[in-house]
Amino acid sequence: MRRILAYLGKYKGEISVTLSVKALATLIELALPYIMGLIIDCVVGTPDPETVSELKISIVNGIEALLVKTMARFSDSIPGTTVKTVEIVVWALIMIICAGLGVLGNVWANRRTSLVARNVSEDCRNDLFVRTMWLSPAQTDAFTVPSLESRLTTDTYNIHSFINTTQRMGIRAPVLLFGGLAITALQDWRLTLIMVAVLPLIFIAVFFLTAKGLPLYTRVQKAVDGMIRVVREDAEGIRVIKALSKKKYEFRRYDEENVRLAAIERKTNILMSSANPAMTFFMNLGLVAVVMLGAVFVNRGVSTSGNIISFIQYFTMISGAMMAVTRLFVMWSKASASARRITEVLETKAGLPVASEEEFPARKEESGIVFDDVSFSYTGKANVLENISFSVKKGQKLGVIGATGSGKTTLTALMMRFYDVSRGSVRIDGRDVRTIPEEELHSMFGVAMQNDFIAADTIEENIIFGRNLTHEDAVRAAKIAQANEFIETLDEKYQYSLTSKGTNVSGGQRQRILISRAIAGSPQILILDDSSSALDYRTDSLLRRAIAEEMKGVTTVTVAQRVSSVMSSDVIIVLDEGKIIGLGTHEQLMESCPVYREISDSQMGGAFLE
Amino acid sequence: MNKGGMGGMAGGILSNPRQQNNPNNIKSGKKLDPKTRRRVLLRLGKYLFRYKWTLLLGFVLMLSSNILGLWGPKLSGQAINAIKFGRGAVDFDTVYAKVALMAVCYLGSALLSFALAVTLVILGKKITYALRRDLFNHLITLPVGYFDTHQTGDIISHISYDVDTVNTSLSHDLLQICASIVTVFGSLYLMATISPLLLIVFAVTVPISLLQTKNRTTKIRPLFRLRSQKFGELNGYAEEMLSGQKTIRAYGRQNVINGRFADRNCDACNAYYNADYHGATIGPSVNFINNLSLSLIIMFGGIFYLYSQSGSIAPASILFIELGDLSSFVQYSRKFSGPINEFANILADLQSALSAAERIFNILDEEPEPKDDDDAEIVTKADGRVDFENVKFGYLPEKTIIQNLSLNVKKGQTIAIVGPTGAGKTTIINLLMRFYDINNGKISLDGTDIRHITRDSLRASFTMVLQDTWLFGGTVAENIAYGREGATMDEIVAAAKAAKIDGFIRSLPEGYNTVMTDNGVSISKGQKQLITIARAMLADSPILILDEATSNVDSMTEQRIQEAMLKLMQGRTCFVIAHRLSTIQNADLILVVQKGNVTESGTHNELMRAGGFYASLYNSQFS
Repeated sequence: MRRILAYLGKYKGEISVTLSVKALATLIELALPYIMGLIIDCVVGTPDPETVSELKISIVNGIEALLVKTMARFSDSIPGTTVKTVEIVVWALIMIICAGLGVLGNVWANRRTSLVARNVSEDCRNDLFVRTMWLSPAQTDAFTVPSLESRLTTDTYNIHSFINTTQRMGIRAPVLLFGGLAITALQDWRLTLIMVAVLPLIFIAVFFLTAKGLPLYTRVQKAVDGMIRVVREDAEGIRVIKALSKKKYEFRRYDEENVRLAAIERKTNILMSSANPAMTFFMNLGLVAVVMLGAVFVNRGVSTSGNIISFIQYFTMISGAMMAVTRLFVMWSKASASARRITEVLETKAGLPVASEEEFPARKEESGIVFDDVSFSYTGKANVLENISFSVKKGQKLGVIGATGSGKTTLTALMMRFYDVSRGSVRIDGRDVRTIPEEELHSMFGVAMQNDFIAADTIEENIIFGRNLTHEDAVRAAKIAQANEFIETLDEKYQYSLTSKGTNVSGGQRQRILISRAIAGSPQILILDDSSSALDYRTDSLLRRAIAEEMKGVTTVTVAQRVSSVMSSDVIIVLDEGKIIGLGTHEQLMESCPVYREISDSQMGGAFLE
Repeated sequence: MNKGGMGGMAGGILSNPRQQNNPNNIKSGKKLDPKTRRRVLLRLGKYLFRYKWTLLLGFVLMLSSNILGLWGPKLSGQAINAIKFGRGAVDFDTVYAKVALMAVCYLGSALLSFALAVTLVILGKKITYALRRDLFNHLITLPVGYFDTHQTGDIISHISYDVDTVNTSLSHDLLQICASIVTVFGSLYLMATISPLLLIVFAVTVPISLLQTKNRTTKIRPLFRLRSQKFGELNGYAEEMLSGQKTIRAYGRQNVINGRFADRNCDACNAYYNADYHGATIGPSVNFINNLSLSLIIMFGGIFYLYSQSGSIAPASILFIELGDLSSFVQYSRKFSGPINEFANILADLQSALSAAERIFNILDEEPEPKDDDDAEIVTKADGRVDFENVKFGYLPEKTIIQNLSLNVKKGQTIAIVGPTGAGKTTIINLLMRFYDINNGKISLDGTDIRHITRDSLRASFTMVLQDTWLFGGTVAENIAYGREGATMDEIVAAAKAAKIDGFIRSLPEGYNTVMTDNGVSISKGQKQLITIARAMLADSPILILDEATSNVDSMTEQRIQEAMLKLMQGRTCFVIAHRLSTIQNADLILVVQKGNVTESGTHNELMRAGGFYASLYNSQFS
């Protein structure tokens, strides 16, 4: 929370002005019941010097004298009641002015607090997003994407409304609470004690219910998730359900969840709905006590009925403030959980710092990509890659083939240094990738990953991807990637808007857009990670030919499950459970690597059609 | 929106079920036209009528709790009247009597309102349970087409969010409105009994309240809606970019994306601020209205009291007022203006509830799959002969997908269907299973038109293994046994063994009792597919449909699945949609489907010899 509150530092001056205005406006509002009591006791009634404070009497007398003097100018004999009437009107006008000042001050302050809250949450959310974008993939994996997402949305929102409300309520509620208590104590400390006795009851009631209720809400959420899960499963599996005539079975499965949900919701809501009656009751109990004990005090001559009436007003205000304070506590606990989750991300040290050349000296070797006895594990336990050594010369083609989970994608991730190797080194043109600044390193690559990212934007923007590239660059790339042809058939051509994840084009078209993106930046190294799997044979072979012709001198890394996609490579690596079990050209591997031969035979061509 | 100030009643602190405040909650009610509104209201009324007794109980509880609550200030006023005589002159008999009555009233009111809350919760849960049950029961009878054309996310939001909204409004808002009416008129009446002339005060404050309400509904509410929308966009953008983080990093585009995010963030924050800026008046002005009426009441009431004290106003006069009366009047004035300030909120809630109800009823109005013919046959053990005769079909009337398909499949044959995307391969399966009915022609099973067979028994004659493996959140054993109700554990294990997945299942933490959830144990696509094959083995139907069953797995896993599948295919009529040649070329009959017509048919060798589309496809892989 401290880290989040630090954002407020910039607005220290503003906040203190706002808070002062807010406090002042609240104090003015607090004066209202005081004036009310004063009217009743001193203006309408005759003040009893023993029960009414001297201050009150002298204020009232002062004003009265002033009024009498003014009115004497107009008429000589003014009846006492007329003076009193005018006095009441004057005091009531003062009340109205106070109320007006109160509303003006509060509105002004509320608006200022909204501005501060807006700025703080904007800053905080921006910082968080930037930090998130710079997290290393290992760090992102550790946080998980859904969790980062909820930190960016729900958590920053919680902080926003917390900052807003705390500024408003955080000053108003204590002022009402303590100011109210102070004023009432000045008037009559005995009656104040009654309120002080009741307030903890309200606090405890709310706190107890919250403590009990919040865990129940978590359980409700779980039950909702359970119910939703069945609906989702059934909506997606409706064919299977119909095919197997499982309506009754599914209904039973759903009903179980539905019954469970209704039960836990009932329990939670009943508990939580006791809050309002309980609080209202405690508040009213306080009123009852004020009236009863007030009667005793008035009878003894230590209090006045004006006091009782203004106390009833104060009591409503103060208990409202008490509830607000309680609510602030609840908000605080919610917001500090959010703050913790945000801070956790903000304070994550940048992963993958650039290492010095002394630590990993550059080697004099032929330019290209070198894997030098590389081992890697994501978790520090089981190795995903083990003792990988190979080299690809600049301009050559590398093919990587292997089963799902054999480490193919990890291999490319290490080239781009998404992760650091556990052992050995990855070098590009003789330099260890750990010594190359990220921007420089990544500018060498063009990459189309498996299930890669399509933004909800035009095709052109998805190819250009925020880089300094022209429309012509995009078209040139799309031509090589065999995408131009289908793009031209679209009505809006390159301005065609893709949906998020590219669901409004076919799998093969999506892949070709991604390949265009990879090519468009004229990279030194092109990585195609299983990115032509949805292309039919003819398009795939056209693509390979175009890349070979148009991108001479570019080192190409092709990861595939299809033999035909890699068979023309200069070097092919066969991976199995993180180890190289075959290395060489297609012909060599057909001879020497039984697994490769098996795959090749089994595929007989593999995918037939898009 | 912010509930007014903190001077008011203990409302809405913990139990605000709708969370209007949350900008991440994008749904907001749109107005329905009067006709729809009336219809929806009527149907909702029918739902409510089922629970008329509970509702009546709720109404009685609400009435009595409110009346008791309203009585309190009156009593306190009477007590103060007895106090006002001052030192040594307090009429304790009256004070104690009134105070005791007050305590009883407030306690009674609290208990009754708790009872009311409990009644409402129970009623509400009955309604949500029933609505959800009815919705689900209906959903599951809808034709497959419904699910093909509606997003799962929408269906989920209807069954969770919309039902919740309707429930809150039915069980909460309706009574809230009744309670408001009781409070408003009750306190108005009680104030009138105290001093009808003082009611003039409300001639000033009520119009201000109404103006404020109008401002809130016309000006502020749209701003809040805009705020939700902007935040929705921001969330969407954040989600999108987070999912593309690796790519963004690979291209070093962080700064560009950060800038774009900052723009959207700024937009959203501005919308938030705008709504807040105008919303900032709500709380203070509610307080202002309260304070204004307090001041005015004290002014006029004070004057009346003054003259009543001095004897200028006779006790019988309409202007006569006592000190305690003044106090009660002030308290009633607060009770009176509370609901008036809340009314706009409740109306808006009701509006969104009606929209939600309309969405729910729209689902309930969807036509379910038509009933089987009365004389429909029940097929128990089909042979597996399938014939298509001049079949014509389109999902939309104006767009025919299958033009004229004829085809005869003998028992035990394997038919491979080959063709480009969108050529109608999967459609053939949809028609076979009667997920959709054909427009023209005839499909028959063992010579009987499938429209004259009950759907359940027709579908039981088929077993499907689809590209998208479908497993539900039960145990592995339950998932396999899904193919045949009442299968014994031995049969399940036998099926798993036949599908070569037994070993893997036993390696899971709980073996066959491992629960399949999205997270938790990691099961690869290939393994999932093998489990569905085990399910198919257990189902043991004469006809098998394999729809791209191995397209999602790598070739090494594919080989294992292939083996299991060959076993499954033995002795069954098989329809195979595949894009891998190894699966296709051993088929008894290969159909090449292009634009809804079978353009080529024959065995692999025949088609190769014919040198048509199939042959050119086959050859292109070697180019």
